[in-house]
Amino acid sequence: MTALISGLVLPLLAALAAIALPARARLPVALLGVGLTLAASIWLAISVWTNGAITVSLGGWQPPIGIALRADGLGAALGVMTALVMAAVALAARHEMEPLVAGPRTSFGFWPLMLLLWAALNAVFVSRDLFNLYVGLELITLTAVALVAISGKAEAIAAALRYLLFALAGSLLYLAGVVLSYAAHGTLDISLLAARTAVPGDALALGLMTAGLLVKTALFPFHVWLPPAHSAAPAPASAMLSALVPKASLLILLRLWFEAMPELATPVALFTLAGLGALAVIWGGVLALLQARLKLIVAYSTVAQLGYIFLVFPLAGGDGAAQPWAAGAWTGAMFQMLGHGLAKAAMFLAAGIYIAAVGSDRLSDVRGLARALPMTGFAFALASITLLGLPPSAGFTAKYLLMTGAFASGQWAWAFVLVGGGLLAAAYLYRPLTAIFAREIAVTPRPIPWGWQAVPLVLAMLSVALGLLSSVPFDFLQIGRPDQAAEGL
Amino acid sequence: MSLTVFAMTGATLVGLGVYGLLARVHMLRRIMAFNLIGSGLFLFFGAAGARGAALDPIPQALIITGIVVALAASALAVGLVVALARSSGTACLPDEAGDT
Repeated sequence: MTALISGLVLPLLAALAAIALPARARLPVALLGVGLTLAASIWLAISVWTNGAITVSLGGWQPPIGIALRADGLGAALGVMTALVMAAVALAARHEMEPLVAGPRTSFGFWPLMLLLWAALNAVFVSRDLFNLYVGLELITLTAVALVAISGKAEAIAAALRYLLFALAGSLLYLAGVVLSYAAHGTLDISLLAARTAVPGDALALGLMTAGLLVKTALFPFHVWLPPAHSAAPAPASAMLSALVPKASLLILLRLWFEAMPELATPVALFTLAGLGALAVIWGGVLALLQARLKLIVAYSTVAQLGYIFLVFPLAGGDGAAQPWAAGAWTGAMFQMLGHGLAKAAMFLAAGIYIAAVGSDRLSDVRGLARALPMTGFAFALASITLLGLPPSAGFTAKYLLMTGAFASGQWAWAFVLVGGGLLAAAYLYRPLTAIFAREIAVTPRPIPWGWQAVPLVLAMLSVALGLLSSVPFDFLQIGRPDQAAEGL
Repeated sequence: MSLTVFAMTGATLVGLGVYGLLARVHMLRRIMAFNLIGSGLFLFFGAAGARGAALDPIPQALIITGIVVALAASALAVGLVVALARSSGTACLPDEAGDT
């Protein structure tokens, strides 16, 4: 319980301290906050591993009056992934967000925003109350929009405003669903909602909440805000926005469909969700092919990679009887969430190093940089392996489990999406990789400290290690798993 | 009876807000539209909480929280619109510049 609460309180306190303390103390306090929150997240995961899912009723009040927090395997695993990405972002931002490099205003704003975003993400990972989740989502939106606009450039402000428009529309749709659900059942707790007596209005409430969350997850066709916002932000901010922020709304979506209202999952609804995911895989991949800037390629690839996770809706439970373990496809989608987070953060941090080294992320300018900055080139290549889904990465485990689910349940059409998406990823990652590993150097880079270059490499190696050592995370993700994940919707 | 009036007023406000959001490109008008939708939802929520014999306190607590969240979002949005107007000379998004 202490670990769970620490993960929420520590980043909030560190954010306040980073605002209030004099300039000299800000960076040490922020880094201390990052270290402590990282420790709290790992501690939470260890206690979930040893004791099973942890439930806390805030203030001793039970739902429906009080708010329940619950850390299950999925929430704790996302918490650890977030902590690793945040720690890496902090180590990179120590260089990139220096007042002399980024300007005093950007440098001042970055640390509190990053810590607040972390607190909000952790809150969403453990909340069991629909309105509490709404507040968490809004906190994520506000900090993420501010992080997009933090450089103060005209294009960044326009991208941030467009992001805010979409995100607020999504929030209001979600809120409308929450209000209708409360009006019908008098509770906001996910576990109590699962035991409710169904009324006809439930489908409308779930539909509104789902629509709002899809906008926030940037699923096709609501993805148009994502690439400009993620590429306009400074690289460490992009890493958080792309690797972590969409996972929060996606997690709520999974909790709603698999835990709160699983009986509303009709074949048409499941097909629509997965169909939009498949279109996202293809459309995001095609648009990534057409981009000339590294950060835009990586941002469009996020649209595509998030699409895979939506295949879980029809495939979950598909191989419950065919495999020695249950819930293969569900776990595959979770591996995709974790592996994509680590790999995507590594890619954006690598892009940040290139921007610092040559002042641009155009493919023509990063040509040959693997010769001058071999560790960064290697990190980008390793992260690509995860996005491509090549063994032994986490992306491979994810696609293997999803594909087994597709064949075992006779829905083999979805396997084409997995294969086609992999081919598209190979095509759109081929261009940046050939540019980075070209023989001739286009622009002579400035030297980059060794410790900074190692940061994306460690993240990329973790995304591969997650696939190599997949049995421990596999078992961990089963802790507190909803029954519907094994039985299917 | 009066509860129906509150709920219908809330629904009307949501409708007005959605219209404003879709029909207007000036960002300040859109922020006002968001606030209209939010207020409509809160009014509806309050009416829903007052239906039973005993008054349900939870919607009131949630509405107050929601108002604070909406205020924070509006403040950030207005700040961004001011920054956009200063840097680009217009309070509309780049590809939507037209009449307000």
